[in-house]
Amino acid sequence: MNFQLPDIGPVIPELVMTGLALILLTAELFIKNKKVLAFASSVGVGGVAFTLIGASGTTFGGMFISDGYSTFFKLVFFINAILSILISVKYIAIEKVNFGEYYSLILFSTLGMMIMASAADLIVLYLGLELMALSTYILAGFIRYDVRSNEAALKYFLLGAFSSAFLLYGISMVYGLTGTTDLKAIAQFITTHGLTANHSLLLSMLLIAIAFGFKIAAVPFHMWAPDVYEGAPTSITAFMSVGPKAAGFAALGRVFMIAFGSMQFEWTAILIPLSILSMAVGNIVAIAQTNIKRMLAYSSIAHAGYALLGVIVANNEGLAGMMTYLMIYAFMNIGAFAVVIMLRTEGFKGEDIKDYEGLAKTHPLLAALMLIFMFSLTGIPPTAGFIGKLYVFMSAIDAGYTWLVIVAVIFSVISAYFYLRIVMYMYMRDPKVEVSVSTSPSMNLALIVTTVAVLAIGVFPSIVVDLARAAISGF
Amino acid sequence: MEQVIMNKLGYPILSTLIFLPVVGALFLLLINRSRELIIKWVALIFSTATFILSLPLFLNFDKSTYKMQFVERHEWIPAWNINYFLGVDGISLLLVLLTTLSSILCILISWNAIKIKIKEFYMSILLTCGAIGGVFCSLDFFLFYIFWEAMLIPMFLIIGVWGGPNRVYATIKFILYTLIGSVLMLVGIIYLYLYAGNTFDILELMQKSYPYQIQFWLFWAFFSAFAVKVPMFPVHTWLPDAHTEAPTAGSVILAAILIKMGAYGFLRFSLPLFPEASKAMVPIIFVLSVIAIIYAGLVCLVQKDLKRLIAYSSVSHMGFVTLGIFALNIQGVEGGILQMINHGVVTGALFLCVGVIYERTHSRQIADHGGVATPMPVYATFFMVFTLAAVGFPGTNGFIGEFLIILGGFTANKWAGVLAATGVIIGAAYMLWLYQKVFFMKVNPKVIHIPDMDAREIITLAPLVILVLWIGIYPVPFLDFMHPTVQHLLERVNAGGIQETTIAKTIMEVVK
Repeated sequence: MNFQLPDIGPVIPELVMTGLALILLTAELFIKNKKVLAFASSVGVGGVAFTLIGASGTTFGGMFISDGYSTFFKLVFFINAILSILISVKYIAIEKVNFGEYYSLILFSTLGMMIMASAADLIVLYLGLELMALSTYILAGFIRYDVRSNEAALKYFLLGAFSSAFLLYGISMVYGLTGTTDLKAIAQFITTHGLTANHSLLLSMLLIAIAFGFKIAAVPFHMWAPDVYEGAPTSITAFMSVGPKAAGFAALGRVFMIAFGSMQFEWTAILIPLSILSMAVGNIVAIAQTNIKRMLAYSSIAHAGYALLGVIVANNEGLAGMMTYLMIYAFMNIGAFAVVIMLRTEGFKGEDIKDYEGLAKTHPLLAALMLIFMFSLTGIPPTAGFIGKLYVFMSAIDAGYTWLVIVAVIFSVISAYFYLRIVMYMYMRDPKVEVSVSTSPSMNLALIVTTVAVLAIGVFPSIVVDLARAAISGF
Repeated sequence: MEQVIMNKLGYPILSTLIFLPVVGALFLLLINRSRELIIKWVALIFSTATFILSLPLFLNFDKSTYKMQFVERHEWIPAWNINYFLGVDGISLLLVLLTTLSSILCILISWNAIKIKIKEFYMSILLTCGAIGGVFCSLDFFLFYIFWEAMLIPMFLIIGVWGGPNRVYATIKFILYTLIGSVLMLVGIIYLYLYAGNTFDILELMQKSYPYQIQFWLFWAFFSAFAVKVPMFPVHTWLPDAHTEAPTAGSVILAAILIKMGAYGFLRFSLPLFPEASKAMVPIIFVLSVIAIIYAGLVCLVQKDLKRLIAYSSVSHMGFVTLGIFALNIQGVEGGILQMINHGVVTGALFLCVGVIYERTHSRQIADHGGVATPMPVYATFFMVFTLAAVGFPGTNGFIGEFLIILGGFTANKWAGVLAATGVIIGAAYMLWLYQKVFFMKVNPKVIHIPDMDAREIITLAPLVILVLWIGIYPVPFLDFMHPTVQHLLERVNAGGIQETTIAKTIMEVVK
């Protein structure tokens, strides 16, 4: 029997991550102090990040690829995982769900995202997506005694299952038409057999777009997002609003650019309405929210709309813009959620935006940080949020989508209203209730990292822009 | 030919006057918030130091050239070909100095008026002034836009936190109006960047010429940002609200320097980058300017609130500025620039004066005052000087500016000149009426016992009186700064037009 072991070089980060998650899952049985697990998992993820350096190339018969594109996204996932763990430590203790599985589930979910980013084959993509999604479903319902958390998990699971079904349906149709699930082979088959105008192929592409639309929470596939974001533990909301979204974008970019590269005209026609609707619904409905987690959920929908602009542009600059945007979004959004979490104390939810009234008086530093994150989410320089928007806008105008950018900037002005309303509550009203905040060293670390990143990227964008450009160059 | 003159002073002067206030703000961050007096003094020291360090600009400026001076240039974001590129010329120099002066006045006038969140207040003032200084010095579009927008964050807080009863409405309106204009300009900036071959360098962009079609759209994209800031009719409605609700220092920043950013934008970007489109749009701008002058003037006549009246008078005065700029002749443009400075000095001073009386009576209603000249003779004198300057009385700076603008406007279009001149009459009517109601007439029992101005307030207002009279009696040193720059600007703007006439002449000759 001729059996050859596949080259495991490119999958080393994934293997290490798997090992780490399994070890933590087992160690949880023996370690009573859960802080140790949090520490081990965040340091472990940092360690996995180092293994990215050596991993490049394709393996498993071309099903798995590790290139600059996937590496950049994995970096975003690691940042997301580490920051989410840091903001969780005290929070899950306050919520009385301090179980060790929490951290391994975050790692498993991150592992799923890594596989998605590296998938060069639709089946591998599906595997990664399911691993990510299943872990996140559990995390969303982690507060077992809370009805809202249960509702969130169930809703997320049901709608997620639907979207997976859409994806599988799309994949099977593509397989039926082209006889392969390999992205490059699909592209080749489409061009050689002139299938670009094939209606069934268009339908399958649409189904795949719908599935990704669910994952990135783009309108009209966003219905789950507000309820799930509101009900899930806040640290998991932060985790979900960045990780699965970025993973969805990673897969979206690779599948559409490579497998359906010759059908660019068709898929941009699908994505443009998605992008405009996401910006419109996200930004306008956010104005009406009174719960900050719901508001940030709609804001996250809107940000998916901006990032989609980068994919619509459909060239390397656009993708680099999208990647930069997501990296920046990870910092500013988790930063904002960190502040939200700090307001959650024993017996006080701190989720109503009214709870922010007069925060500048009682906790000036915390209010100042929230101010920075809110202005960054609005996209006002010198914060990183501006750089992210600028990059996707630049690539979109370069590709001739000036009108789309004008639509986007007008919606970003609308978004200023609800972001700045938080600032207004904090600075321009007097405190009505005594708000105390929960601090912990890990939380402080997360806040320092996110704030420094938001300001540093805002002033020296080269840090991220050059990285994204270098990452995309071999795409 | 070298386009710029590098900074030859021993220190990076422009960076200093942008970032010294920022350093001051960070320094304030470290001071315990209960040490209020130390906070005030630190803010004052930093702003005074900034002003003193900016004076070499005035003394060492080469008045014989239009080139950018005191230039600093460093690579910043190579991926997008962005440089940290600063410089001043005759258009921006006086505005930069006005900015550094204003920050001192704002801090002095707020000394007792601001009682809550003192640390944040002085940080905001310093950050705003630093960022506005950056707007006037930037020669790279990206850098310009960063400062242009960054200024909004502290200004949003200044109006919203320390303002009057309706402050939240005013500040949200201010920021939304400004943002919508700015983001459209951002689209324009990106378009220009891509069209010109990936450069944000303003001087490089000015070397190129653009087809009329592109000029037309970009002119309006930039117009949306500048017109809101100026503010021009009909997008001026945020200004009365912002002015009325802002604390005194906020009103002074708005009047003296913030709204100058719009007019500056026209001069620095719209005219030289889109000369043909600018010329084509002159009639529209003239109509809007004249409406602003007359309509805002008439609105002033019915105001009951002191600050609101002065706010509307700002709209009217800025109408003169845009009229002068778009007259596109040497008198008009120089008058426009000088009037920007004058308006900054005079309206800033008037807001300071209103702040003085508000601190004593806690009312901005004209009806609550009357006979104030009796308890406060010194104050009445100061107010008189600024009122006359606002009216454009000969011997004050307002006269020189308005005279030049009307002269330029008349040369460009007789009707514009005539209508603008009626605006001067309306201006005299509402300002003198205001003065009469507040300072003369029957002494209101509420104001009998209020004290006159103290030394701090006199020190705050004295430099402005000096400027009013200096520019009013001997404006030549100020006009000298602008001459070469304005001449160069107009050569560029009118180059296309001159070509047309020469072509027309040749055709005529051929026909003959």
